Amino acid sequence: MSKYVYLSRRVEFSASHVYHNPAFTAEENRRVFGKCNNPNGHGHNYTLEVTVKGEVNGDTGFVLDLKDLKDILNSEVMDVFDHRHLNKEVPEFATEIPTTENIAISIWNRVAPNLNSGTQMHRVRVYETPDLFVDYYGEP
Amino acid sequence: MKAYLNRRYMFSASHRLHNDRFTEDANRELYGKCNNPYGHGHNYTLEVCVSGQVDPQTGMVCNLVDLDDCVRRSILERYDHQNLNCMQEFRDRVPTTENLCVLVFEILQRELGKTHLQKAKLERVKLDETMMNSFEYAGGAELRH
Repeated sequence: MSKYVYLSRRVEFSASHVYHNPAFTAEENRRVFGKCNNPNGHGHNYTLEVTVKGEVNGDTGFVLDLKDLKDILNSEVMDVFDHRHLNKEVPEFATEIPTTENIAISIWNRVAPNLNSGTQMHRVRVYETPDLFVDYYGEP
Repeated sequence: MKAYLNRRYMFSASHRLHNDRFTEDANRELYGKCNNPYGHGHNYTLEVCVSGQVDPQTGMVCNLVDLDDCVRRSILERYDHQNLNCMQEFRDRVPTTENLCVLVFEILQRELGKTHLQKAKLERVKLDETMMNSFEYAGGAELRH
């Protein structure tokens, strides 16, 4: 039986975005995305909660050093997303629509490769508002 | 890629926990203040979780406007500002938040299937009765946290 302990860290970032698919007509974009299609974009205060899992290290008592996770979240998420226009400034959103779903997947892909061996990603949860959030568990 | 979309809604309703098959004393003993004869109310927070593949065309698991519309029609308009004890579904069922939670799941599962949201799978509903207690139902499945 595994002795995983789950560790979560929250950060907040503010960003703007617009939902628009160039393959759709202007009318389709408006119908599918509603207000989120307003041409000059709009913004949110996002809350990100990253949960990692691992066994507790016998020497340190840590799953991982929180400082390391904080550094990863700063370089991979905060520096990239905070106070940015996601469509214009985050490379993957030049082609993908920066929905909360895609933001969660993007954050998973950015954070996961930086974890030490022995620590695994469990979940990325992104709140667009307190009433709307998406969970991604790395599932295909 | 499979993602889980969670959305919160609020409604307010009153109820009284009382089972006619028990004596007055037994009701009082079991349900305490919740058995007070004229009932009392709560601001319920409903959290709905649906899962599905993120559509590459839209970047979405499902269209939020459609989900909001379905929940509004089938749950919020039904229960908001109602006395649960007076509703047909609670004629033979005590309107605990456990029972309400299961009902909300069953209604939503049925209603989502009737709309073009049918690709989204209802995973779980969570009902907060107060800030201090909440109930979750995943159609009988284990919860994933």
